Amino acid sequence: MTNPTVKRFAIGLLAWVIAFVIFFPIFWMVLTGFKTETEAVADPSLIFSPTLDSYAEVQQRADYFKFAWNSVVVAFGSTLLALIIAIPSAYSMSFLPTKRTKGTLLWMLSTKMLPPVGVLVPIYLLFRDTGLLDTKLGLTIVYTLMNLPIVVWMLYTFFKDLPKDILEAGRMDGASTFQEVWHLLLPLTVPGIASTGLLSVILSWNEAFWSLNLTSSQAAPLTAYIASFSSPEGLFWAKLSAASTMAIAPILVFGWLTQKQMVRGLTFGAVK
Amino acid sequence: MNKPRAAGRTVGGLRPLALQGPAVTLLFLWMIVPLAMTVWFSFQRYNLLMPGMTGFAGLENYEYLFTDPALWTAMLNTLLLVGWVLVITVVGGTLLAVLFQQEFFGRGIARVLVISPFFVMPTVSALVWKNLMMHPANGVLAWLAGVFGAEPVDWFSSLPMTSIVIIVAWQWLPFALLILLTAMQSLDDDQVEAARMDGAGPVAIFFFITLPHLKRAISVVIMIEMIFLLTVFAEIFVTTSGGPGLATTNLAYLIYIRALLDFDVGMASAGGVVAIILANIVAIFLVRMVAKNLDE
Repeated sequence: MTNPTVKRFAIGLLAWVIAFVIFFPIFWMVLTGFKTETEAVADPSLIFSPTLDSYAEVQQRADYFKFAWNSVVVAFGSTLLALIIAIPSAYSMSFLPTKRTKGTLLWMLSTKMLPPVGVLVPIYLLFRDTGLLDTKLGLTIVYTLMNLPIVVWMLYTFFKDLPKDILEAGRMDGASTFQEVWHLLLPLTVPGIASTGLLSVILSWNEAFWSLNLTSSQAAPLTAYIASFSSPEGLFWAKLSAASTMAIAPILVFGWLTQKQMVRGLTFGAVK
Repeated sequence: MNKPRAAGRTVGGLRPLALQGPAVTLLFLWMIVPLAMTVWFSFQRYNLLMPGMTGFAGLENYEYLFTDPALWTAMLNTLLLVGWVLVITVVGGTLLAVLFQQEFFGRGIARVLVISPFFVMPTVSALVWKNLMMHPANGVLAWLAGVFGAEPVDWFSSLPMTSIVIIVAWQWLPFALLILLTAMQSLDDDQVEAARMDGAGPVAIFFFITLPHLKRAISVVIMIEMIFLLTVFAEIFVTTSGGPGLATTNLAYLIYIRALLDFDVGMASAGGVVAIILANIVAIFLVRMVAKNLDE
């Protein structure tokens, strides 16, 4: 048998090498954002004098903040809407289960399997005819419905873990359904609701199919903004990297902070 | 099939109906309205560039679609992409979960680094890979090839599908790892210890204890990934635009071309119907698997 310390060191080294390789593109992108355009296309090097020029230039294209604002409004708006619609539903599924509950949950999930591309044409035409095309409202509606099944699903998982007795006690004291949800259920499940909300924000923030197809200039979020760099203009690597870094930084930090809770809700409690 | 109801009251049918009503109604509309319209359009002559040409088309759109070699290429590409990414992420994710479960220095930070790509938006990861990593002249991979004295690869022209698979797998491997790592944490140490006492090596422990333990988590990973992988779009849109030729056109991208570039609503809708049918075949199979797993 090998020496356990040596073995542990080898395992650690291997894990760190793999972690670095997988993280490398992100690391490189952030680094490139601090280079000049000349340095960005030169041979890879870790030695350079960092500059904020690319950030300044990206910022000067005044529209960056418009796209970012669109992302914020649409991601948080749709998450809030989805939570408002999903909480009563998940509450009733967890605490007032009927024979149909499991079927309903699976059906909701199955609507996620309807490929967006299969229904792109009708949604596009409906949006065109109702004036929702290229509006934040339109995109918010789509994201709400897109995330609703997953939000219901996750909330259901979190609510189900709550001991029934607590809500029973509230009801004994004469609480209405609304009071029960508002004063008992929600405060007790804040972490679960928060992580559900964050996953919904992440999914909306990163969504690209609907945003590329339903928005053009007015309501385009960051996913569309970044995609515009795929044009020849994208050859400005330092600026592209700076803009990309700005686009993903908030969501990356969100993800880091909430990864643990997210998993449990996401997997229907199948993985504890 | 039906298990006894969960303990507690079973209240009259009205309250659940009122509480679930909004969510169910909205999702139902979200599903059925566009679906009905897609089916309807797929039987119509409807091209936005030719407003005069309208009316019932019968199976014409489908006939064009099915005789169009692009459809079969796109379908095959869709399945190839889903299949390869699933294989890479599930196998890779399982192995990495075992590795990252071990105790080592700075494990927490290493884990955070390794799951990061999951939080990067697809358009960004596609651009970063296309320009910074896989660029044939200035990309990091080309530089690496140079260091080892190899010929740099022009990824998107010579290995287009492989490039897309790499990008998509890079994004989803962390997701599989995240879920499987969490599942690993409930693995019973005593059981592993007992097996080791009985003389089981690491390989035997992996196949007879770890893998069966991860079964449910793996099925969850496969299910969630399939939902998203069947409709991969941004990565293709940003990098290859489906090309060269049709090499990286999947169903999602083909319908996009027909609908928004060719303005052929009828044909695009027929493609949509095919995509929906394909997804449903997958869904039926998946929902069964998940339902079984959830009932334990």
